[in-house]
Amino acid sequence: MTSESSKLAFNDGWQYSPAPESTDHIVIDEQYGLFIDNEFVEPAEGQYFDTINPATEEFLASVALATDADVSRAVKAARKAKNGAWSKMKPADRGKYIYRIARILQERAREFSVIESLDGGKPIRESRDIDIPLSAAHFFYYAGWADKLDYAFPGRTSKPLGVVGQVIPWNFPLLMAAWKIAPALACGNTVVLKPAETTPLTAMKLAEVIRDAELPPGVVNFVTGAGDTGASIVNHPDVDKIAFTGSTEVGRIIQQSIAGTGKRYTLELGGKAANIIFADAAIDQAVEGIVNGIFFNQGHVCCAGSRLLVQESVADEVVSKLKDRMETLIVGDPLDKNTDIGAINSASQLQTIQSYLKIGEEEGAEMHQSSCVLPERGYWCRPTIFTGVSQSNRVVQEEIFGPVLAIQTFRTPEEGLEKANNTPYGLSGGVWTDKGSKIFQITKKVRAGVIWANTFNKFDPTSPFGGYKESGIGSEGGLHGLNAYVELVK
Amino acid sequence: MSPTAVLKNIDFPDLNQVPLVDEVGVHERAARFQARSIKKSSKIEALRSVLSMIDLTTLEGQDTPGKVRQLCQKALHLHNALPDLPNVAAVCVYPTMVGVAREVLGDSPIKVASVATAFPSGMTPRQVKLEETRIAVAEGADEIDMVISRGAFLQGDHHFVFDEIAEIKTACGKAHLKVILETGELGTLDQVRRASMLAMHAGADFIKTSTGKIKPAATLPVTLVMLHAIRDYYYQVDRMVGMKPAGGISNSKLAIHYLIMLQETLGTSWMTSEWFRFGASSLANDVLMQLQKQASGVYQSADYFSRD
Repeated sequence: MTSESSKLAFNDGWQYSPAPESTDHIVIDEQYGLFIDNEFVEPAEGQYFDTINPATEEFLASVALATDADVSRAVKAARKAKNGAWSKMKPADRGKYIYRIARILQERAREFSVIESLDGGKPIRESRDIDIPLSAAHFFYYAGWADKLDYAFPGRTSKPLGVVGQVIPWNFPLLMAAWKIAPALACGNTVVLKPAETTPLTAMKLAEVIRDAELPPGVVNFVTGAGDTGASIVNHPDVDKIAFTGSTEVGRIIQQSIAGTGKRYTLELGGKAANIIFADAAIDQAVEGIVNGIFFNQGHVCCAGSRLLVQESVADEVVSKLKDRMETLIVGDPLDKNTDIGAINSASQLQTIQSYLKIGEEEGAEMHQSSCVLPERGYWCRPTIFTGVSQSNRVVQEEIFGPVLAIQTFRTPEEGLEKANNTPYGLSGGVWTDKGSKIFQITKKVRAGVIWANTFNKFDPTSPFGGYKESGIGSEGGLHGLNAYVELVK
Repeated sequence: MSPTAVLKNIDFPDLNQVPLVDEVGVHERAARFQARSIKKSSKIEALRSVLSMIDLTTLEGQDTPGKVRQLCQKALHLHNALPDLPNVAAVCVYPTMVGVAREVLGDSPIKVASVATAFPSGMTPRQVKLEETRIAVAEGADEIDMVISRGAFLQGDHHFVFDEIAEIKTACGKAHLKVILETGELGTLDQVRRASMLAMHAGADFIKTSTGKIKPAATLPVTLVMLHAIRDYYYQVDRMVGMKPAGGISNSKLAIHYLIMLQETLGTSWMTSEWFRFGASSLANDVLMQLQKQASGVYQSADYFSRD
């Protein structure tokens, strides 16, 4: 098999008619305040910023810009709740409230899915089938732990850390909020959370859920804004712990700013995961795994399989099959049920991705993109692969956070492993082989927090998630995720 | 090397080179096709395609000339209330009914397909299978649906199966040969993929999942594996081979999912009855019912569609 252009024709045939999910059942307010003490309140300085639909560049809502005063107000509310109702409550009752959040999320799943896709650009298929159900699942899972912490830490006594400041990214807005809030509440903490500035809307909807679930005021507070608001949370003296998901660059700044303060922290940062395909893999399913690895959520995934390492004897076959498969990916309207790849989250992220496409070409790599037609408005990027890249190239070393895959080959398992581990990151990885013994041999040598075998990008609330090296500190999810929100006193 | 293989200048494939199949991954991929949403004009187009790809089938011990005539009439007059419907692709019958079908279908574009080779079990000597094939062709069959010798295949006697297919292909003459793998008896998807490769290399014009007499019959995952094999073969040998899932596809929605899978796996060139067929008996009426619904906006009772 050669890697020449495809012999198969995927265009100009039967076209799927548009199948957009309707938006008439959702309500988005014109303006959202800050959510403090179970109420939406005006920001102290009265400033707001807009959030737009990245697929159309149209205005969706304006959202309060929280300043230091607002963050202080939120932290104060959280502290009061921590010292008051939330601490006095029986753990089983705490669990009850978290279950309520989970159930309301399930009931309103359709509304949340549509808003997630509108605000963030991700395909409705993903928000409907992955983001929202998984968010509910996290609340369900941690609700169960609330009154069983003695069993989570046998022989030890745990107590909550206090007020937790949480800063989350724009790639999985609701899911990241769920990952952060659910274990924090289960362990008895109270929360001040900042959603990302480009995707605040499902957090605002989650605020409504928290209000409707009648959590005691102040247990969960949302402050919206950009980096300055995040810094204000991180530097607030009455915050006991910082949980951050985002870039390694910001993670470093956070570590520096809280050094010596005694604040605890967990950081879930960038990644440049290797998806390693051996010649004895089930090739067609591996190709599917490559697609899920790098094109899921437009590649805006910290654990994306953004480096493909393929054994040389099957490299041509894999690349040729991958190119055919890329032709069938439908790029466009995130609300269309048939869309596989939605809009890039923001103009600035699109710019970042495009700069890497240029860098890749300048570095001498061969770029291939699918031939799909992109919509005229909005932020879009074709699924892209680079072949002929080297370990020293920036497109191999740096996190692009877009639908861009760097493909390298290897001859021996040792070479594959060396390339896989030769990165400052260590969040995730994938191994593809039909040989069971090889799975164990290889996975234990890949230095990454999460490793998938013969699959990729699978998430479950019971499974810990976290990185090595510059990919972060601490784990979220599963039993491990509780660790990050308790102090073991005995 | 068998004499037929020399004769036809075809190569026995190296089955060790056939790519492995991961069952979990195949099921996951098949489910993705089912997540597609086909509406409006694309649905009508799909329904018409499905109709044009149907092999209307009756394969019962109790088949009579009258029943076969009735099925052929159905093929010729699908639903007169809807003008401009495409034809079904073929009528599929037992060899003893080929003459009857040929007589009714005459010069119409609808093909006569006959099962042969001791369908459905295939448990007779090769000479009988060859003779049965020749008779069916002589009676007027345009297409022969043969079954492979599953026993020999599962024993690992791949050469036996290869030679048998190649000889039947020769006996078919101008008739097209569809090779039924009976995937429900092959046990694993790896075996399905190897059997597909074997059949194509031996000369199959079509590969077909099932007889319809064994469960499971056609499924999306099994068909996907066969489509992957067809694609690999096309890349290697540059010959298009057709695909026929048969058995268990009784409603339009599922049939449309098959078309989605076909188009997204093999591309648009395969999207005609020349390269894709549904072996089904009750599918046609469901498609007609859906087309009627698209035309009039309401579902009609099943009593408005002839049952044959």
